[in-house]
Amino acid sequence: MTILLFSLLVALGSFTAGLLGALTGLGGGVVIVPLLTLGFGIDFRYAVGASLVAVIATSSGAAAAYVREGYTNVRVGMLLEMATTVGALLGAYLAGVVSTSALAIVFGLVLLYSAYASSRPRPEHLVGTPDPLARRLRLDDSFPTSAGEQAYHVQRVPLGFALMTAAGTLSGLLGIGSGAVKVLAMDQAMCLPFKVSTTTSNFMIGVTAAASAGVYLSRGYIDPGLAMPVVLGVLGGAMLGARILTRTRSARLRTLFVVVILALGAEMIYNGATGRI
Amino acid sequence: MARPDASEFAAPAPPPHGGWTEHEVELLLGRLLQVGVALAAAVVLAGGAMYLVRHGGARPHYGTFVGEPEELRSVTGILHAVAAMRGRAIIQLGLLLLIATPVARVAFSLVAFLRERDRAYVLITSFVLALLLVSLAGIGG
Repeated sequence: MTILLFSLLVALGSFTAGLLGALTGLGGGVVIVPLLTLGFGIDFRYAVGASLVAVIATSSGAAAAYVREGYTNVRVGMLLEMATTVGALLGAYLAGVVSTSALAIVFGLVLLYSAYASSRPRPEHLVGTPDPLARRLRLDDSFPTSAGEQAYHVQRVPLGFALMTAAGTLSGLLGIGSGAVKVLAMDQAMCLPFKVSTTTSNFMIGVTAAASAGVYLSRGYIDPGLAMPVVLGVLGGAMLGARILTRTRSARLRTLFVVVILALGAEMIYNGATGRI
Repeated sequence: MARPDASEFAAPAPPPHGGWTEHEVELLLGRLLQVGVALAAAVVLAGGAMYLVRHGGARPHYGTFVGEPEELRSVTGILHAVAAMRGRAIIQLGLLLLIATPVARVAFSLVAFLRERDRAYVLITSFVLALLLVSLAGIGG
């Protein structure tokens, strides 16, 4: 295979990942590493490096639109970025000392958890009473709904902070956005409304990934020839997905993507356990 | 806190403490991210086209990890190689711009919180920015 053909195929695969990620709301980043390692036989370290920069591109692109719509809670985002960036640096450090087989197994487990978490119903946990710490940090805000602005009260800040540190560590370790863990922290622990937690989580991904990207770049994990088709492909797919999304949202497509994630998770664990990665 | 819609935005209420209104900050933040990503993608595309034209016929070697050459691991190395019009270095420059975009976003947030005189968030944002800069200092040389 020539570099030209290879680049086209990688761009096509990344485009599909970005498109499906945007259409299903699950994010395409999580399937990039399995696509590159299992599909193209690329070394795990190059795959994580390319995925990390692709994650920065899609999250920043999407955040640009979300933040202007008024859903993103910038204060919650800034506060939790302290947790995710510290976690990301820890994760990037660990990625250099842990074997790629172990990383592949952790990656597989994260994929399985993501599939499980996104196939469960996601109940809204809005709480009517303010929390003293959240109030002191001025985290409470409101978000636009069809019936006008609705206020919400942020809960359990320390628990959310601890979970976000874990999310940041996974992000730095595996080059992903860790959306599923962030949803756990922000929906369930901190009781943020969906739209707010989804957009605020997305808002933080770029900063979290940037914290570990420096480490990856200096270790020589970020290859421009590979990152180019991945970044452009995922970005193109995500942009198209966001445009179609306003017209259609398919439950069947989501189920399909969850099944794909499950299968990739199982295969990552198998490849890690047998030492193929 | 009520968020002004587009028509109200034309005549904003005087912001508290001489800072920007929340909506103004959101608009500026959104624009910053958009421009950063668009610029980075354009540079990656230009470098990618150059790389494919010159090396498209060669064979890729990503199966075994060897790591990038020293010149593609630091800002100064990348800039030197860009000056020599190397396609791979131009892509890497685009990736640097991409990494810099969220960092610029945090720096902008710091300015916004400073203007609001929100001391707690000035400290929080400074911490995040300092951490990012320390992490990026590794590629500064």
